[in-house]
Amino acid sequence: MSEVMVKKKNNTVNKASKREENSFGLQKEKANHIIEVNDLNLWYGSDQALYEVNMDVPEKQVTAIIGPSGCGKSTFLKTLNRMVEMVPVVKTSGSIKYRDQEIFNRKYKQEYLRTKVGMVFQKPNPFPKSVYDNVAYGPRIHGIKKKEILDQIVEKSLKGAAIWDELKDRLHENAYGLSGGQQQRVCIARALAVEPDVILMDEPTSALDPISTAKVEELVQELKEKYSIIIVTHNMQQAARISDKTAFFLNGELIEFADTDHLFQNPQDKRTEDYITGRFG
Amino acid sequence: MDKSLQSEGKSFNVQQMIESNKKKTSIGEKIERIIPTLLFLCAAVSVVTTVGILFTFLRESIGFFSDVSIIDFYTGSQWSPWSGEFGVAPLIGGTLLITLIATIVAVPLGLMSAIFLSEYASDKARRVIKPVLEVLAGIPTVVYGYFALTFVTPMFQFFLPDLGIFNALSGGFVVGIMILPMVASLSEDAMNSVPNALREAAYGLGSTKLEVVVKVVLPAAFSGIVASIVLAISRAIGETMIVTIAAGATPNLTLNPTESIQTMTAFIVQAATGDTSFGSTIYYSLYAVGMTLFVFTLVMNLIAQYISRKFREEY
Repeated sequence: MSEVMVKKKNNTVNKASKREENSFGLQKEKANHIIEVNDLNLWYGSDQALYEVNMDVPEKQVTAIIGPSGCGKSTFLKTLNRMVEMVPVVKTSGSIKYRDQEIFNRKYKQEYLRTKVGMVFQKPNPFPKSVYDNVAYGPRIHGIKKKEILDQIVEKSLKGAAIWDELKDRLHENAYGLSGGQQQRVCIARALAVEPDVILMDEPTSALDPISTAKVEELVQELKEKYSIIIVTHNMQQAARISDKTAFFLNGELIEFADTDHLFQNPQDKRTEDYITGRFG
Repeated sequence: MDKSLQSEGKSFNVQQMIESNKKKTSIGEKIERIIPTLLFLCAAVSVVTTVGILFTFLRESIGFFSDVSIIDFYTGSQWSPWSGEFGVAPLIGGTLLITLIATIVAVPLGLMSAIFLSEYASDKARRVIKPVLEVLAGIPTVVYGYFALTFVTPMFQFFLPDLGIFNALSGGFVVGIMILPMVASLSEDAMNSVPNALREAAYGLGSTKLEVVVKVVLPAAFSGIVASIVLAISRAIGETMIVTIAAGATPNLTLNPTESIQTMTAFIVQAATGDTSFGSTIYYSLYAVGMTLFVFTLVMNLIAQYISRKFREEY
């Protein structure tokens, strides 16, 4: 449509048209936005880490966030479930809507948000408990106590994380005895156990070997049937392999956000092009 | 740097300098060789002392047990050495009563303080409170003893008018205050060393702060916490000044904390500072009681070591 034409002529598109262009690119699929970020700014004390970020995250797709170290991509991810506020000096402005509800609203409960927007971290961080207790942790704290139900949840979640067959006889072993790749998939299962809507993944494969990485990547592909996934990655090939849409961050700004194929083959911004062609970062 | 070197016009050869310095190092090499022996000797001091104490205990206790049968000593329930009755149970009972009261005071208070400091306190609050807490540990126990006798007992008497001047309650209470910093500080260290990644994982699943503390941090720090408690208890068992001053000198096999009692340690003070003649049965009984006390604290220390090894943090 016309926006695309405009955009080709002019690199500095205004945000509104940029968003429309995004949804335009998705017209063939359902362009439902599960998370809408508007004019998000974030400061650590007096250092600004995010500048006027606008981004609409599509439902049941994989959205990758790429960019050099320190560009704010992890900060942005952690803002989506308000984990970033664990740092006491953080201040934010702007708006993030999850299913049309403002998550920065004072009445909006962080705990509720985090059951809807789950997270998988960079380093596998299972609790020093059994595999079973790890996966059952979330359901338990939210009041699910019945053994038969927990058994089913644990099985389903471990199957969902493609690790049930490896671990079904080791459910009561300490998760610390597992390999890094298995631990990470247990962590994914733990996140799945509360049946979230969105899963945030913060460089989930950066501490894993290539085979484990491949397994996690494959898993991400399966998970997008049911979940909306936002994944931060250092690895551009990974972003290209597994994501539907890609966002490129630089120095706290969202430079470009488009369909992955589009962004990698035909970047609109010079800085995106420089980054993906390896000229810096 | 570069400039100054150039201006001096000297040229360097690092390898040459190392070479020429090497010739001077024969003394250094000797020191290098002597150091491990020296360090070993220093470490040996404590081992030799322990062995020496044990040896003395055993020798003198054997002397005692040739006068008083070991069975009477451990099964008798009367301790009145000046009239020849040597049943140690009242002293053990006194020690255990004091330890129990102290534990009831120190463990909940210490754990709560540790949780507050490690999980809830702001950096600023922690920086003020923790040193203050540790000052408590530096107060001489004789001061605590007077505090128990002249402040805590009158205070308790306000609520319990029948409370005697010497009683197990205020002695035990103040021993509890004395060991509190130990529980708080060591438990706080244990909680602090629980990796943040575990807290993040729990928050990420929608845990509240309390759930993170109770379900993640405390279990992960469990071994450190238990070790701190056991160590604190073993200090309470061995505590002397406070109970000598505040808890009385009445060997008394009782569970009633308002009565005056005597602990093993307080008896040792009493007998060692009184006019006990060398070689008398009472004199030797010091060693038998001391030995018993030693076994108690030794067992507690072994338990602490066992627990911290067995449940070693697996994160």
